[in-house]
Amino acid sequence: MMQTSSGTPLLPSLLAWGSSLSLLALIVLPILALGLSSSPSELIAGVRHPLFLPALSLSARTTLTSLAIVVAAGTPLAWWLAAGPPRYTRVVELLVVLPIVIPPAVLGVAMLQTFGRRGLFGPFLEAIGVQVPFTTIAVVLAQVVVAAPFYVESAAIAFRRVDVDLVLVARTLGASPAVAFFRVAVPVASAGLLAGAALSYARSIGEFGATLLFAGNLPGTTQTMPLAIYTALEADVRAALAISLVLVGIAVVLLFVVRIGPQALSSWAPPRRGESGLEGPPS
Amino acid sequence: MSWNVELRARIGELDLNVGLYGNDAPTVLVGPNGSGKTTLLRMIAGAHRPSSGQIRIGSTTVFDSDRDVDLPPEARQVGYVPQGFGLFPHLRVTDNVAFGLSVGRRRQRSADRRRAAISLLADLGCAHLAERMPFELSGGEKQRVALARALIVQPKLLLLDEPLATLDPGSRRRLRTFLAGHLKNRRGPAIVVTHDVRDAEVLGGELFALEKGRIVQRGTAEELRASPATDFVAEFFDAPQSDVRSMA
Repeated sequence: MMQTSSGTPLLPSLLAWGSSLSLLALIVLPILALGLSSSPSELIAGVRHPLFLPALSLSARTTLTSLAIVVAAGTPLAWWLAAGPPRYTRVVELLVVLPIVIPPAVLGVAMLQTFGRRGLFGPFLEAIGVQVPFTTIAVVLAQVVVAAPFYVESAAIAFRRVDVDLVLVARTLGASPAVAFFRVAVPVASAGLLAGAALSYARSIGEFGATLLFAGNLPGTTQTMPLAIYTALEADVRAALAISLVLVGIAVVLLFVVRIGPQALSSWAPPRRGESGLEGPPS
Repeated sequence: MSWNVELRARIGELDLNVGLYGNDAPTVLVGPNGSGKTTLLRMIAGAHRPSSGQIRIGSTTVFDSDRDVDLPPEARQVGYVPQGFGLFPHLRVTDNVAFGLSVGRRRQRSADRRRAAISLLADLGCAHLAERMPFELSGGEKQRVALARALIVQPKLLLLDEPLATLDPGSRRRLRTFLAGHLKNRRGPAIVVTHDVRDAEVLGGELFALEKGRIVQRGTAEELRASPATDFVAEFFDAPQSDVRSMA
C-alpha cells in the first residue's frame, strides 16, 4: 500500500483494504465456486456426456495446430520486428497487435468478409473448391489471428533484449545468419519465447467469439471446449462444469509455464526480477 | 600481413570518413565517445555496409564498393571481441570457445573441438574455467575467454573493442600486460580500441586518433604526445588516468 516516507498511510487504510479485498474476492471466488459446485459423481457424468470428448479432442487438435503455426510464422516476424528498420517495424508492430484490442466478434465478422463466400477471397476459394468458414480450418485460423499477437509481441520484446553483438560475434566465428539465429538469438531469448507461447496458447484455447461467428458451433467439426460449454449450459450443466474444470486445469498449467518456465530456461543467467512475461492479459 | 581500411558511411548523426592501415603490430584506435570507433570496428566485421570504400585484410578484399564486393561476416576472417566481451550467456566456457569450430566450414567433431578449446584456454592460462558459465566469471576471466573464442578460428585480423575498459585497476594492469604479450607473440594484425593512454603505450604499434568520424592524427604514442594535433589528443596524453594513480 502506498505510504509516505514517515509511514503514514496515504489512503484511508480501511477503504483501501476493503476495496482491494473485494476485487481479489471477485477474481478468486468464481473459480472456487466452480471447483466446489460439482461432486465427483456429477463430474463423471459430465465427462461421459456426448459433448465432452469430441470438444476436448477438437480443442486439443486445433490449438496445437494453431500454436505450431503461430510459433513457426511468428518467430521470424518477431525477429524482424526486433532487428528491422524502426521506420517500418513500428507500423507493422501496431498492425500485429490489432487483434488484441479488436473485439473477437468483430474479428469473426472480418474473417467472414475475407474468407466467406461473398468475401474478399470468396470467389477464388470457390473456384478451387475450398470452403473455409464453418470448417475446422476456420477454427484454427480464428485461433491463429487472436493468439498470434501475444506470442509475436512477447517474442519481439525478448529478441530486443538480445545483444546485437552476440549475433555479430557468432557470424564472425563462421555462423550463417540462420545458424546464428538458431544457436544464439533463439536460446538467449528462449524464456520470452516460452512465456509468449504459453500466453498465446491460453488465448487460443479460450477463443470463443471469433470462432462462433466464423466457424460456427458444429459438434465434432468446430465445437471447441468454450463453445461446448455454451451449448451444454442449455442442456446439461454437469457437462459445462466438467469442461470448465478441464480448462481451469490447463490454465493453471499455463500460468506455471508463464511464471516458472522462463526462470527454468534461463538457469544460465543470474536471477533477474520482474520479468513474468505477462505483457498482456489473455482475454 | 598488412591490412587496409578506407571507408565512408553515414549512420545517424555520425559521418564516418576514414583511412587506416597496419601490419602485424597491433594498431591502437583512440577517440572520444561517439567518434565512431565501435561503428568502424563493426563495419570491418561486416555488421554495417559502408556507403563506399574498401577493406582489405592480407590478400583478401572483404569489401569494395567499386567492384561490388561485400563478404558476409562469416567469410571475412576477423576475430571480434565486442565491448563487454559478448560471451554467449547460455553456453559453458568450453562451448563458447569451441563455437567457431561447431559451425560453417571449420566444423569439427564435438570431441575434437572440445580438445582444441581446452588447449587454447590452457594457453591463455584459464583451463580451470572450462566448465563455468559466463555469469560466474570475473571481468578479466571473461576477457581471456572472449579472446580464446575469437582466436580459435585463427582470424587474420583481431578487432578488440575496449578490451580493458570494464576491469578494475588491478586486473586491468595484469590483463594489459598479458594482452600486449599475446598480441606480440601472435604476430598477426589487431585493431584495439581504447580510451586509456596506458593501453595505447603498452600495446605499442601505430596509433590512430579518431574524432567525429575522421582520423585526425596517426603515429606512435611518443609522436602524438610530442606534438598533439587536437585538443583531444593532447588531453588523451595529459589526463591522469584513474588506474595510473591507483597503481602509483
